[in-house]
Amino acid sequence: MSKFRKKKKGMPAVNTAALPDIVFMLLFFFMVTTTMRETELQVENPRLPSATEVKKLEHKSLVSTIYVGKAKDAKYGTSYNKIQLNDKIASADDVPAFIINERSKVPENQQPFMTTSIKADKESNVGTITDIRLKLRDVNALKISYSASKGDN
Amino acid sequence: MARRENPEINAGSMADIAFLLLIFFLVTTTMNVDSGISKKLSEKPPADYVPPIIKEKNIFEVNLNFRNELQVEGERMEIKDLKDAAIAFIDNGGGEGKIEEGVKTGPCTYCKGEKSESSSDHPNKAIISVLSDRGTEYGVYLKVQNELLRAYTELRNRLSKERYGISFDELEESYKDDRNNVALQKKVDDIKNSYPQIISDAEPTSSGN
Repeated sequence: MSKFRKKKKGMPAVNTAALPDIVFMLLFFFMVTTTMRETELQVENPRLPSATEVKKLEHKSLVSTIYVGKAKDAKYGTSYNKIQLNDKIASADDVPAFIINERSKVPENQQPFMTTSIKADKESNVGTITDIRLKLRDVNALKISYSASKGDN
Repeated sequence: MARRENPEINAGSMADIAFLLLIFFLVTTTMNVDSGISKKLSEKPPADYVPPIIKEKNIFEVNLNFRNELQVEGERMEIKDLKDAAIAFIDNGGGEGKIEEGVKTGPCTYCKGEKSESSSDHPNKAIISVLSDRGTEYGVYLKVQNELLRAYTELRNRLSKERYGISFDELEESYKDDRNNVALQKKVDDIKNSYPQIISDAEPTSSGN
């Protein structure tokens, strides 16, 4: 009888050698598409308004971003009107210096194409935006983009 | 010494390491699509600047108060009706256009509006003035801007379809792909000049807050 007894055999191991390859492929995809946030957000991630007439921002290196929203740090209060420039909460009076600093990073022939993107929370006040706009006009940074997501309402 | 086969290197943990990295990138990635409503600010006027006198009927007044209520030409309005009101105003064509480089543009031949005496003369004279309060919510303000832009887009698309058989969006898109095409550029400029976007932002009031 023992002649016919089936040999005890474990399950053959599944060959997983290709698994790292697949994972690496995914990894490379994410590494390439990732843009690291260069500034730490000091305001809560602004809830952008949505609009239908949006245009994509081109030339990322020519875009300087101003965030407006509620400060994460409670010591700045709870209003949605805090302005963030670079890494810290600032006031509208600091905007010209910020723009001039951004401008110095860009070669001269590209400077007219520089755009200021205002990422403001829905509940911010128009007054804050106007203050920024007036300061931008003072330093001749005339191209602006009100950041909004595409969609109806 | 007995010949030995090369022992295989155990690569089982390689996947784990790759996964670790992968998850790190997955978490830190922000897939942000940067899009927005672009605007060009007007230049700072010189100190002795005297604003030109504009006829009342050529100004389309849009007011927003601190309660986010909309008032258009002195009457309350819902945001959803703003686009049509703006179109009616821009496209009215009740008179002569402005004089460009010494040449009169004459009456608007492509306008389909009512040609009413009390509304705008010509699209290139029609000014939309947005006055908002400092306390107005930014989201509402942007929605209003968006509606006004939509009015222009609709008019431009219509005219472009009439003249060139394709919508202005498509026209602009094909121009973007072919920057050196002079004929295409002429078409784009033609439509743009027929319905120029003149939206001005007045200094906000500060009644509320």
